Amino acid sequence: MSRPDPDRLLARVAEQESRARRGRLKVFFGAAAGVGKTYAMLEAARSKQRDSVDVVVGYVETHRRSETEALLEGLEILPRRQTGYRGTTLEEFDLDAALARRPALILVDELAHTNAAGSRHTKRWQDVLELVQAGLEVYTTLNVQHLESLTDVVARITGIQVRETVPDSVFEQADEIELVDLPVVELLKRLEEGKVYLPQQAGRALENFFREGNLIALREMALRRTADRVDLQMEAYRRDRSIEANWPVTDRIMVSIGASPFSARLLRATARAARRLRAPWVAAFVETPGFTQASQDVRSRVLSALRLAERLGAETVTLTGSRVSEALLDYAKARNVTRLVIGKPAGPLWKRLLRGSILDELIQGSGDIDIYAISGEPATPEAPPASPVRTASRATRGYWHALLVVGVTTVLSRLLLPVLEPTNLSMIYLLGVVLVAMRGARGPAMLAAVLSVAAFDFFCVPPYLTFAVSDTQYLLTFAVMFGVALVVSSLTLSIRQQERSAVERAKRTEALYRLSHQMAGSLNAGVLVEVITAITAETFHANVAVLLPNTDGGLAGGREWKENSLLDAAEQAVARWVLDHGQPAGRSTQTLPGARALYLPLTGSEKTVGVLGILPSDWEIVENPEQFHLLETFASQAALALERAEIARQARQSEIQAEAERMRTSLLSAVSHDLRTPLASITGAATGLLAQAGRLDQATSRELLETISDEADRLNRLVTNLLEMTRLESGAVEVRKEWHPLEEILGAALKRTERQLGDRPVRLDLPADLPMVAVDDVLLQQAFINLLDNAAKYTPAGAAIEIRARAAGEMVEVEVRDSGPGFPPGAGKQVFDKFYRGAGEAARGAGLGLAIVKAIIDVHGGQIEAVNHPQGGACLRFTLPAATGVPSAAALREQEHAG
Amino acid sequence: MPAETASIAPPLVLIIEDDAQIRRFLRATLTAEGFRLHESVTAGDGVAQTSARTPDLVILDLGLPDFDGLEVIRQVRAWTQVPILVLSARGQERDKVQALDLGADDFVSKPFGVDELLARVRVALRHVARLKLDTADTAFRLGELEVNLEDRRVLLAGEEIHLTPIEFRLLQTLVHHAGKVLTQRQLLKEVWGPNSLEQPQYLRVYMAQLRRKLEPDPARPRYLLTEPGVGYRLAAE
Repeated sequence: MSRPDPDRLLARVAEQESRARRGRLKVFFGAAAGVGKTYAMLEAARSKQRDSVDVVVGYVETHRRSETEALLEGLEILPRRQTGYRGTTLEEFDLDAALARRPALILVDELAHTNAAGSRHTKRWQDVLELVQAGLEVYTTLNVQHLESLTDVVARITGIQVRETVPDSVFEQADEIELVDLPVVELLKRLEEGKVYLPQQAGRALENFFREGNLIALREMALRRTADRVDLQMEAYRRDRSIEANWPVTDRIMVSIGASPFSARLLRATARAARRLRAPWVAAFVETPGFTQASQDVRSRVLSALRLAERLGAETVTLTGSRVSEALLDYAKARNVTRLVIGKPAGPLWKRLLRGSILDELIQGSGDIDIYAISGEPATPEAPPASPVRTASRATRGYWHALLVVGVTTVLSRLLLPVLEPTNLSMIYLLGVVLVAMRGARGPAMLAAVLSVAAFDFFCVPPYLTFAVSDTQYLLTFAVMFGVALVVSSLTLSIRQQERSAVERAKRTEALYRLSHQMAGSLNAGVLVEVITAITAETFHANVAVLLPNTDGGLAGGREWKENSLLDAAEQAVARWVLDHGQPAGRSTQTLPGARALYLPLTGSEKTVGVLGILPSDWEIVENPEQFHLLETFASQAALALERAEIARQARQSEIQAEAERMRTSLLSAVSHDLRTPLASITGAATGLLAQAGRLDQATSRELLETISDEADRLNRLVTNLLEMTRLESGAVEVRKEWHPLEEILGAALKRTERQLGDRPVRLDLPADLPMVAVDDVLLQQAFINLLDNAAKYTPAGAAIEIRARAAGEMVEVEVRDSGPGFPPGAGKQVFDKFYRGAGEAARGAGLGLAIVKAIIDVHGGQIEAVNHPQGGACLRFTLPAATGVPSAAALREQEHAG
Repeated sequence: MPAETASIAPPLVLIIEDDAQIRRFLRATLTAEGFRLHESVTAGDGVAQTSARTPDLVILDLGLPDFDGLEVIRQVRAWTQVPILVLSARGQERDKVQALDLGADDFVSKPFGVDELLARVRVALRHVARLKLDTADTAFRLGELEVNLEDRRVLLAGEEIHLTPIEFRLLQTLVHHAGKVLTQRQLLKEVWGPNSLEQPQYLRVYMAQLRRKLEPDPARPRYLLTEPGVGYRLAAE
């Protein structure tokens, strides 16, 4: 027994997980109206309600059928949303109300319904999907003819083109399909009894629709689709259990489409085949050089065909090439396509014979690929309508150019006529034609050819100055000239086009490269947003905003948009929706198409990290599928970069938090140990004095009192340091740098540390001409107190502490050296860490002293280092800024005398 | 007038302090020194008691429950020059300067020792006594320093020290308030006059010069003491 493929299992688990989070979708599926779908749905809902499930009717159309209406009784019905549309009021399903109400089960009838303009989504199935994604269970109804891939089959059978369609993917996503089946005879009977609702306006057509033959066909389709689904479920089941040996995805189908209206049929047929074969499929459009000149109408037809293909579940691709067959085959081989579908060539036989049909070329070059031709479709727009896009002036200039060239050649030929044979003169004309054709416009080239032939005949072929041709040989010359004009102009044109598309392609690649390159350098979200905005704006000639969710649930960013009031509340709501649902919305999409801009989700590997708003100067830039793909690639690259930045930020954050945690622990231990120890001594001494008041001799009493005093002093220093550190760290300290003589501050510090220093002499080495320092005296005093305190701690009684200061350029260098054991080897900068303590008995304290000194030196712009003095002892060396502009004593005296 | 009573009875000290433990400790210390005491727990009561009891000295805590100690100084100074000694935590130099500029006489930083407190109290009472007699000392003598204000002579260990006029005025001001802290503003006002535009930084330059002339070891001053962040004080004892 083979083991289940782990990847597949994982995929399966992921699918199940995402299903667990989303709600369930159940479709009541029927062959036609009147089979009783709504009825069945309501019955199922009622039975759920009896099981005390919270059921709400979101939207149900009873068509006033009493049986159905009776079923509605006792069910909570959501009020419908009223929308005004061109003077009439339409009632629609209220999606927001449903989301706000959040029932466990909601009924939304008629999945294929098209929403009134102004709704969030254009189609009801989108509403339903949003409900499912929000975790609600949804019951809905659907008729087989509304399935996207079946619409043309339905149209062929019944003669009615169905406009309201539901993508097959939605149907396939449904967790459960309940086929509501009614034998055709019964349906017809119900129809006769008037139990089936038919809209008045479409009466005749619909009556036609409900013919027995049609109904049988529709029923068969419905049954088959349901059976197909069972098959798929079976396959999933097998995949789960790893029962089947192998279902290799061997087939890949590619369909070639063009601007023809038959493309839709071609796509649907391929979609059906792909589903039957369970094969992925690609819809390809080949952009031939001539296509750039195609009319707007043709372009939009291609565009909508590609869109349809995407809706049908195809991957779409736009290929470029001068020959359709070559481009198709190259791509097909690269992608391991096994079947290629094209439309059966139409058009006049002579044209096909002359230029060769694409089908023939494909068959010849296909190799392993099976070629399928489906009727009614010319494979690609042959010779698109001639250049309506080209500007008139440019075209006219081409013709004038042709005239000029023919004129010049004629003059030249006339001059050379006596010297050269006419056949050779024709070469000069040919050269002229080639020159004109090289400009790449077919019209002027043809004109040049015609005129050249005429002029050649008229001027250079005897009988001169008539169009009569005496020698039939010249007919060949004419033909060659025409031919050359055609070939050269086509070639030039195609080279130009290929150049242009190569340039376009290079531009895209370059833009993408630039984006990823520039983003790679930064982990700062702000910088990334700037890069993304700038490069996207430049590439798509658009106004771009990157919107990121902020902590309070709103969207930050897009400052420029906000300033230009492009991002009003309505637009922000669209962006918000995109962020929440991870799907594009806004203009040129099917969701909230009324928005001003297009919004794409920036979806990273885990979640949607933001929204890319884009407002192109020309919407065609974005609507072109190729460009849209590029934009999507941009969005996903941007999302990944932003996600990376976010992860980095979180990592930093947690690092900071860990550090804060460590600090808190140290602080706690400092408080609990270092504050409690002196407190214990004080309490002990004081209670001793109280309890044994009469019995203690004078000396002992005095000793206890001294303990109290000393320990209180120590406690005070600890608290001062803790407070000082907190103040320095919180940035609450305002540094007031003023001129101060160093000895003044040092003197004050010495006075305050008299007790700690005890009998340790402090040797000062301060030159008389030491410049004043620009410092905050209170802070620097604290620094000196801590330094002296620290030195006293490590210096044995009676040993000296040395302080020296020297001017060093714009700084004053100060050195405090003790006579202790020095810093432990390798201590280095660590001694300035908070809660760092030296070893041994002397190291009593919170370990804040030197950290505070460093913080104080830092705020003065000085440097501090801890070294061991060569002659022993720890040495703390630091710099302070010297005061500038201090008048000398002599200058002051002079000033006094002057004053 | 309090002048008559003050000369007979021991001086009356009003303590305005909300913390019971500090009051207890002050009471013990000051009673032992022979002062009469009255205690106020709030700023409002303190102002009222100052007016009602006309104490000889007020010890005022700056952090009071009902309103700011600075406000007490402002109100009290509206009618009386009674010396005010301010109690304030270390690190609140700005408050001390403000209190002194508003008219407080001196400060003691919490936590403080008894000796320091008593020294301040003595200085404050001595100044008020001198003010009452309306006689300013014409001479100052401490250790080896001798200042004679009448003939403007300064002697250090018997040797005459030459001072510039500003240096002398600075020393003269300090001598007038010997033992009391003087803020920069107060010194500037007295030395350069109320409308002087001198930079406070210059004061420090003059002070450094003066110290170099008068102190054998300027980093361990005997006479010219510095209160960082607040001002200067001429040692009185």
